Amino acid sequence: MTRFLAVLGRELRLSFRHGADTLAALLFFLLAASLFPLAIGPAPETLGRIAPGVVWVCALLSALLPLDRLFGADHEDGSLDHLLLSGLPSAALAGAKAAAHWLVTGLPLLLAAGPIAVMLRMPEDAIPTLLLALLPGTLLLSLFGTTGAAIVLGARRGGVLLPLLVLPLTTPVLIFGVAAADAAAGGLSPRPHLLLLGALLAAAVPLCPLAAGAALRGAAE
Amino acid sequence: MPTAGTPPGLTAEALAAFRGERLVFRDLDFALAPGDALVLAGPNGSGKSTLLRLLAGLVRPAAGRLLWGAEDALADLPVHAARVAYVGHQDAVKPGLTAAENLRFAATLTGGAVVDALTTLGLQHLADLPARMLSAGQKRRLALARLALGTAPLWLLDEPTLGLDTASIGRFGTLLAAHRVRGGMVVAATHVPLPLSGTRELRLG
Repeated sequence: MTRFLAVLGRELRLSFRHGADTLAALLFFLLAASLFPLAIGPAPETLGRIAPGVVWVCALLSALLPLDRLFGADHEDGSLDHLLLSGLPSAALAGAKAAAHWLVTGLPLLLAAGPIAVMLRMPEDAIPTLLLALLPGTLLLSLFGTTGAAIVLGARRGGVLLPLLVLPLTTPVLIFGVAAADAAAGGLSPRPHLLLLGALLAAAVPLCPLAAGAALRGAAE
Repeated sequence: MPTAGTPPGLTAEALAAFRGERLVFRDLDFALAPGDALVLAGPNGSGKSTLLRLLAGLVRPAAGRLLWGAEDALADLPVHAARVAYVGHQDAVKPGLTAAENLRFAATLTGGAVVDALTTLGLQHLADLPARMLSAGQKRRLALARLALGTAPLWLLDEPTLGLDTASIGRFGTLLAAHRVRGGMVVAATHVPLPLSGTRELRLG
């Protein structure tokens, strides 16, 4: 556990030191979501109707931005070898990376989603459900993203390959996440959608680090 | 053919490894006893780095066995990682962190004092400088300073003296000698003479 925290602490320290890179995902989220009222027009009923989808798609795309460097920088400068030799199983190493990605990218996106939803005139009683669904949602994005980043590591044009690999994986998350918010806005219970997101998370928490860990071992060879 | 045993020495039996699609070496046998130093020689591409990475547990052997004492060294990779201190041909130095911060992560894993490790390689006055300001040789010394932190018995060094000045090579020699006196083992790939005495040579390629 100390080793896990040591890796996590290292990741956080590096993220804060490169603050501009870290903020880029959040700023992209804010900017991309702000483009919709400009493109579609400020009519509250239209915006309110599409707000959950806009928040989710923008969050998904923003979470992809830092994935390229998640392992890429460590792979290029040789640090990945030292991480693999840190005495931590490679799956735990991938888990620490995913946790760092969530803390640095997922959590800020979650915090910014509320104001964005208000800006898009989303029905007020549906906003808590949107945020509640984004909590497992952003965790899933970090886990899937970490797995994808580990798999494309060492491939040429990995940066292009990564969204092509991760985006299809995240479609169930998107569907259930938006459905939860839509259900709440329509006066239905969002519970089944939230439970399905929880089930996805319960499967991804053990499986994604295992897959990512195996991919990291392969990339180091 | 060396005999197995001499715990906790390192024994390689008929090792073979691929790099990509190419078989870089095969039927490699050697044994290291505590205090031994093995220098890997051979032309570029003869598999020196691959062998070091194999000994570290980063590359799986295509055939053969690696024994730590009498047990399979690579059976439990996290356990094997604790026996190994690896300095690859890349320095693994993060430009955004200071020299001391670069070592601090390694120190939390292996123990040891960052200041002492920096002093061993003559870097103490650069401790608070961002690593991006360091010269190539200073970055190399920072990578080598990781060795001074822990107590791993097996040091795996890939061209360790690349870019070092004479004074630093002297300091590094002292570090190596102290490690071997404690019963540590050294495997180093190099094209230039290292500050090591009483070494054996393994020629690849």
